Amino acid sequence: MALTTADVARLAELARIALTPEELERLAPQLDVILDAVASVSEVATADTEPMSHALPLTNVFRDDVVTPSLPAAAVLAGAPSVEDGRFRVPRILGEGA
Amino acid sequence: MDDLLTYDAVLARFDPVLGLEVHVELNTASKMFCGCDNTPGGEPNTTTCPVCLGLPGSLPVVNAHAVESAIRIGLALNCQVAPWCRFARKNYFYPDMTKDFQTSQYDEPICFDGWVDVEVEGETFRIEIERVHMEEDAGKLSHVGGGTGRIVGAEYSLVDYNRAGTPLMEIVTRPVRGLGAKAPAVGRAYMAMLRDLMRALGVSDARMEAGNMRCDANVSLMPTGTAELGTRTETKNVNSLRSVEAALTYEMRRQGAILAEGGRVVQETRHWHEDGEYTSPGRNKEQAEDYRYFPEPDLVPIAPDPAWVEELRASLPELPARRRARLQEAWGFSDLEMRDVLGNEGSLDLIEATVAAGAPPAAARKWWLGELARRANEAGVELGAVGVTPEQVAQVQGLVDAGTVNDKLARSVFDGVLAGEGSPEEVVASRGLAVVSDDGALGEAVDAAIAANPDVADKIRAGKVQAAGALIGAVMKQMKGKADAARVRELLLERLS
Repeated sequence: MALTTADVARLAELARIALTPEELERLAPQLDVILDAVASVSEVATADTEPMSHALPLTNVFRDDVVTPSLPAAAVLAGAPSVEDGRFRVPRILGEGA
Repeated sequence: MDDLLTYDAVLARFDPVLGLEVHVELNTASKMFCGCDNTPGGEPNTTTCPVCLGLPGSLPVVNAHAVESAIRIGLALNCQVAPWCRFARKNYFYPDMTKDFQTSQYDEPICFDGWVDVEVEGETFRIEIERVHMEEDAGKLSHVGGGTGRIVGAEYSLVDYNRAGTPLMEIVTRPVRGLGAKAPAVGRAYMAMLRDLMRALGVSDARMEAGNMRCDANVSLMPTGTAELGTRTETKNVNSLRSVEAALTYEMRRQGAILAEGGRVVQETRHWHEDGEYTSPGRNKEQAEDYRYFPEPDLVPIAPDPAWVEELRASLPELPARRRARLQEAWGFSDLEMRDVLGNEGSLDLIEATVAAGAPPAAARKWWLGELARRANEAGVELGAVGVTPEQVAQVQGLVDAGTVNDKLARSVFDGVLAGEGSPEEVVASRGLAVVSDDGALGEAVDAAIAANPDVADKIRAGKVQAAGALIGAVMKQMKGKADAARVRELLLERLS
């Protein structure tokens, strides 16, 4: 597998992580090593091994439709950098020229 | 403003293709993955918890009732129910979701491959359902500054996360072709059908104006005679049945103008403006969204027990289409009469309740679609909010059937009921509206009418019975509309034969 710097730049953009060209050059081969290590799992798995997304063979873990107490609004908002009218205040979403 | 082709010119050259994505908020007691109260409209940020705020270490657990509702919706839409499916994370960065992802379903929807029929002006159209999947709603943003309340030009935004985590069903159609001029009306009829279905199932309040049910309307134009799909646009913010029809019509005309000029339609999201009745482009995305979907590791798969699914299927309530067919037959309405009823928002329920209160179906239909529809229209309210109950309509009809009032007087009875003067019987008594059928009083009026119209009387004597109408009219006028017309006619003919 060969992860290009362009691949890493795209992933960084999707994850909203700012990386310099130098960092991209350094990280691409490192990530490549990790992906190779993970890929080795597929050598062990045979064709009749089902892919799985959970460690436990469970299905249908449900809860009853019952209301339980919520957090007090003051506690919810306590960690917010900015609050107005009981709401989280967030910076302008669209930049100029949007 | 956009160039628009006339609607007829669009249809002369193109076939519209529709695709509708509808989001429905479920009315469960608690949220999709946590026990927070799902009742909308509370004080901001009072119904949130670590799960719906996505705080580290919190774990979601699926609401069993929401899964049941999703399956019942799927069954009502003739879908297959997946024997096994999972939730997925749809990753995106936007302040309406603190988790930075929406828990949704990706390639394993709980229900798929369904269909439903909708009727427009007596013609039936089949809409194929691609999928029904479960997800959660996001928080609500209010944009501040810029004056318009819109995101463009806003200085900052405020977020209320009460809605974050509300169970949301997404219902997606396959492309619907062959609709021709009726495409916008079919889109609207489909939404109305879904709304009625959700209410019949009791799974959602399905009020578009409250955002319980939201429509993303996709449309593209295919040059007539070809089979190649055109480029589609997706219009959002379509918040009423009427807007669905208007937005689809607008987009067809806008795209038609572009294509007729040899241009290319841009695949984009557009925003419907209710006030000016037009669409405008949404944010231009430089590249297709990449949501990096992956299976939700915090939730185990769902594998509905087939016996449970069959139980849910067997316990589905009577669905709207079936109910309509049953009522039409029971009431003996013609197709045309039924179409009038269905075309008049809310009248089916009102007529049913009026019939249940004892009125003959034809009379119930006559009052609701005639006199009361007119009054609702004048007052600019929905029929159900006109101010007269089905019971009162049945009582008025009872007075008509008993000969106490005629149709004309019945209208005055409605005036009194609407003015808060009490029950129909009380209004008749207090306004003195009862028909006079006493032969003494009527006889005098009849004699007076004959005396005042000797020419007409002679004609009737000579055998022209149809001329009696003029004399009956004269009697009615003299009696201020309160005469029993049938008895007046009898008395007239007795005297003139």
